[in-house]
Amino acid sequence: MAAPKKTAAKEQGQDRDNGPPPEFTREQELAALRDMLLIRRFEEKAGQLYGMGAIGGFCHLYIGQEAVVVGMQMALKPGDQVITGYRDHGHMLATGMDAKGVMAELTGRRGGYSKGKGGSMHMFSMEKNFFGGHGIVGAQVSLGTGLALANRYRGNDSVSVAYFGDGAANQGQVYESFNMAELWKLPVIYVIENNRYAMGTAVSRASAQTDFSKRGISFNIPGEQVDGMDVRAVKAAGEKAVAWCREGKGPFILEMQTYRYRGHSMSDPAKYRTREEVEKVRHDQDPIEQVRNRLLAAKVTEQDLKAIDADVRKIVNEAADFAQADPEPDVAELYTDVYR
Amino acid sequence: MPIQVLMPALSPTMEKGNLSKWLKKEGEAIKSGDVIAEIETDKATMEVEATDEGTLGKILIPEGTADVAVNTPIATILADGESAADLGKAAAPAAETKAAQSAPPAAAEAPPAVAAPQSVAEPDPEVPVGTEMVTQTIREALRDAMAEEMRRDGDVFIMGEEVAEYQGAYKVTQGLLQEFGARRVMDTPITEHGFAGIGVGAAMAGLKPIVEFMTFNFAMQAIDQIINSAAKTLYMSGGQMGCSIVFRGPNGAAARVAAQHSQDYSSWYSHIPGLKVVAPYSAADAKGLLKAAIRDPNPVIFLENEVLYGHSGEVPKLDDYIIPIGKARIARAGKDVSIIAWSNGMTYALKAADELAKEGIEAEVIDLRTLRPMDTDTIIASVKKTGRAVTVEEGWAQSGVGAEIAARIMEHAFDYLDAPVTRVSGKDVPMPYAANLEKLSLPSVAEVVQAAKSVCYR
Repeated sequence: MAAPKKTAAKEQGQDRDNGPPPEFTREQELAALRDMLLIRRFEEKAGQLYGMGAIGGFCHLYIGQEAVVVGMQMALKPGDQVITGYRDHGHMLATGMDAKGVMAELTGRRGGYSKGKGGSMHMFSMEKNFFGGHGIVGAQVSLGTGLALANRYRGNDSVSVAYFGDGAANQGQVYESFNMAELWKLPVIYVIENNRYAMGTAVSRASAQTDFSKRGISFNIPGEQVDGMDVRAVKAAGEKAVAWCREGKGPFILEMQTYRYRGHSMSDPAKYRTREEVEKVRHDQDPIEQVRNRLLAAKVTEQDLKAIDADVRKIVNEAADFAQADPEPDVAELYTDVYR
Repeated sequence: MPIQVLMPALSPTMEKGNLSKWLKKEGEAIKSGDVIAEIETDKATMEVEATDEGTLGKILIPEGTADVAVNTPIATILADGESAADLGKAAAPAAETKAAQSAPPAAAEAPPAVAAPQSVAEPDPEVPVGTEMVTQTIREALRDAMAEEMRRDGDVFIMGEEVAEYQGAYKVTQGLLQEFGARRVMDTPITEHGFAGIGVGAAMAGLKPIVEFMTFNFAMQAIDQIINSAAKTLYMSGGQMGCSIVFRGPNGAAARVAAQHSQDYSSWYSHIPGLKVVAPYSAADAKGLLKAAIRDPNPVIFLENEVLYGHSGEVPKLDDYIIPIGKARIARAGKDVSIIAWSNGMTYALKAADELAKEGIEAEVIDLRTLRPMDTDTIIASVKKTGRAVTVEEGWAQSGVGAEIAARIMEHAFDYLDAPVTRVSGKDVPMPYAANLEKLSLPSVAEVVQAAKSVCYR
């Protein structure tokens, strides 16, 4: 399959600015680099811990898609809410949740965000306005629309962001939610992370309309295709969508064209795509390399970048150490938190 | 120090695998993310990616080796500036091997027994002598409960099909739009799955939605959001995020509407930890329990009954009449047999008790009112007195609420039983349309009388 077509949106007549994304300041580049590196190193470490049996069950890694959450988060302000599916570690780190608490949840320990009761797919932080962490494909779309309903009900100007994949985009409740969101002009941004495969099924084999930015057309919801590998493009599109929502104009759809380097979950042999395809995206479009190269061109030294990487690795290693040393939940926790 | 690469587990169940191929040679540079080897598990051939950077120092397990145990060192990676001379110092990545090899703290030992918490039911509120009683239909009692709670708490709102402009498909929300406006009384499109999820999302954000289903038959479209999102989130979040929401609407058989519109979901929802399930029979209970449900910080399934909406009863005229969730009511005292029912099942139970009295059998009729948490104490106290029990439900017998009650009686009052617990239930068929068949498919007063006499050996 071809790399994401950058001109697709234009051909399809969507409302999209096709110019190059606005440049970042050096500070923004460095912040984006650091945040994306944190996610990548965290996920690499999670994969390693999974391989050693320290993490159980399902574990869905976000490697390759880092620019999407990092760019979107740069477009949000405190009070805005985030909700996503089960490929959620990146979203948690991007909202500022502590790497230790996330990793300890992956290992099922008491210091995890859900005291070890949720696992990889179920973490929440009221403090960071992160609403999960949902394992049923598409459920977070209705829930995220409900967060927006609460914002409108309260008359605040917060926006909710509901992330979901190209696979979830075919679920019925997504369209039920689209309908109500536009009908009631709810401030929700639907971020469709099109990583081109729903588990092992390529988009073209599962979707009659593969331009996901058009999925809101019958509800009059505007949509854009975005180069989800370029954090600047993501931020710019996010800001536009946020402004639309804050102005009370209703929901907005952003199709982020991105790519997942790893398998769907840890036990995915990935026979549905070639190694060359993965390598090509990594080589040509890697979201982190893009920022690194721009920074190097702007005379930031390799040494400076290594220092950032070392800093991030330290955070991740400390998280991994904590996540393995922390005790499992007390057995008395079995029956707590069923009811309030 | 050089870093050891360990044989990874590549599925939740893998314990060993075959190292089928090395894709990097000794001395080759390695970047984080490079595929270095292929491993064959019992299910598939998987790629191993490097997570560290450097040079492949030494391959410890040659390709073609079968049955390599998970966590066996398979290669060594040299970091920048290290050479083959450093190989002897190789260490596995930090603390991880140690932790992975030693059993996780408490898992291996048999955990000490943990007792499930028992719910303790609160008594009904005192109704002061001289309190004025108002005769109301159940429909009106439910409407008043919602209106009172909406006046009391600005976070309470109602959403559902035809709840606003139409004034309620069964007129339960009559007048609410006029009093509270469209912001708090929201008509939804016919999209149960979607609006249930939106309601749950709003509850996660701290509001207290009442989601009306035109009937619970249609809530099957939404049951994923009710169970997977509403009921489980508090637990999955370690107590951090709850969901104060009421799902309400008519449940059970209506009249002549056939199989898809006539079903009792009592046992379905009562199966789920994290939900509370309420199914009142009287007008006073309908009001007091709905107010309690709206105030409850947990998701509550509130099962009404279409046949009962027009029934009238006495409701105490009190400012704040709340019936605690989880407490059964002795609707009629007796000493010979306990008849346990709820919602419309009470109609058969009470009429049967009248019939039985004529034959000298004094039945004690328990209105369960709440199905989860179930008031086991009241049931057991009654059965210890009577020694006999009959359950009545419109739903099917298999895995029904009656089956659960029978099990609890067996667990807690086995020695007190003078006869097997007997269930009266809906027949094991989809609801037929024809009037005569429909009648046959539902419980009847005669069946309850028969069952009660049978356990009394009369």
